[in-house]
Amino acid sequence: MQHVDHAHTIIELDRVCFSYTNEEVIKDVSLEIHKGDYVGIVGPNGGGKSTLLKLMLGILKPNDGTVRLFGSDIKDFKDWSKIGYVPQKTYIEINFPVIVEELVAMGRYGKQGLFHFPTKEDKEKTLTALKQVDMLGYKDRQINDLSGGQQQRVFIARALATEPEIIFLDEPTVGVDIKTQKQFYALLRKLNKELALTLVLVTHELDVVAHEATELGYINRTMEYYGNPEEFLKGAYFHELIGRGGLHH
Amino acid sequence: MIRGFEAGIIIAVIAPLIGIFLVLRRYSLIADTLSHVSLAGVAIGLLLKINPLIAAIIAAVVSSVAIEKLRISKRIFGESALSIFLSGSLALAIVLISFAHGFGADLFSYLFGSINTVKQSDVYIIGALGILVVAAVIAFYKELVFVTVDEEAAYVSGIPTKFINILLIVLAAFTVSLAIPIVGVLLISALMVIPVVTALQLKMSFKKTIFFADLISVFSVITGIILSFYLNLSPGGTIVLVALGIFILTLFIKRR
Repeated sequence: MQHVDHAHTIIELDRVCFSYTNEEVIKDVSLEIHKGDYVGIVGPNGGGKSTLLKLMLGILKPNDGTVRLFGSDIKDFKDWSKIGYVPQKTYIEINFPVIVEELVAMGRYGKQGLFHFPTKEDKEKTLTALKQVDMLGYKDRQINDLSGGQQQRVFIARALATEPEIIFLDEPTVGVDIKTQKQFYALLRKLNKELALTLVLVTHELDVVAHEATELGYINRTMEYYGNPEEFLKGAYFHELIGRGGLHH
Repeated sequence: MIRGFEAGIIIAVIAPLIGIFLVLRRYSLIADTLSHVSLAGVAIGLLLKINPLIAAIIAAVVSSVAIEKLRISKRIFGESALSIFLSGSLALAIVLISFAHGFGADLFSYLFGSINTVKQSDVYIIGALGILVVAAVIAFYKELVFVTVDEEAAYVSGIPTKFINILLIVLAAFTVSLAIPIVGVLLISALMVIPVVTALQLKMSFKKTIFFADLISVFSVITGIILSFYLNLSPGGTIVLVALGIFILTLFIKRR
């Protein structure tokens, strides 16, 4: 296990607001994510979980407030190789012509820069990433031939191939069975503990992630809770949620 | 005839090369739109007595950038932007043609392609720009593929996605307008789409899919030209029918 300096701030949100049209989806969200944190972001549908993630990554720009990544404002952020991203997997279409190795190799593309062709090292890093998620044996298979859980591992391998310091995951376990889900969380635990990777996970599985993450954020337009997951489960707010049936959105 | 062969093979190579990115990004309609814009360019060229192919290329490239800007601005839906360009440029072409109603026979060859009347200067233009398109796809291959698979993830990896999107649509504009002398305005998108969709049925890697799409496309063009020559058919139509035949055959073989 590696020593992790948890005092080191990786992401800093300061009073971030965002609206798609007139409706404010995110209001006054401030938070800090530190190196080695395993952050679970939960909340009701439409509460702004995925929007918050996209704001952290600069895919969306805040209407107000600031987002800082590794100490620099997201507008000036250039060091994308520190970031791994596992998107919601709904877009993989039947017949999309890409094999596992090709998909994972994309994790290296940003690092290589324009006009550079993949090197031997890139190939090795790609295969190492596949090994880390136990999918090396599938490297020549087309991505559509895999199960949902296997596809998810491949997308994690793509993020790992970048050799990032932090990985963002957007609803990664949607549509996979319980057994696959368990293996998936075991893999995330391993990445967080053994590789000292910081993880930010958006999910609707509050009951699972509360026992996995080191920090829990509950967002419903505003960040209604951010902190220790145990405290959240014990707290009055959680019981109020159960009371009004707010857990299973 | 030889000139037609040379130009035809170049087009056969670049059409699926760009087509695969358009098909997978669900931009197939862009090829059709740009071909109608090219027709307006041809009409302007005939009217002003400048090389219609060059006029078509300029019109297509300028419009392609405008279409992409409109798409990004999100002021209107992407599809409606395409419809506006498609019908608008067709209307412009028709008006210009009726205005100068003397070039009927010429126009017919631009609508459906006319391999027998390909000029030597056209072969040079198609050759030079064809090489440019291939070189650009090779140089930006990894960025084009990443943006096609997953634009957001590509952005988060630091890929200049806006530039790649513009590049793709400009390359599409070149390809579409260059293909006009061979298959004509009305059949270009078929050559960009059918070989790609056929190759997609084979479920291979991205690189192999491109290779097979090109193979199917080149085979269709050569076979189509030869068949049309001996049977006295329209070359453009024959090429597309051959490609379509291969597609249907693939579907049957897959079902077994």
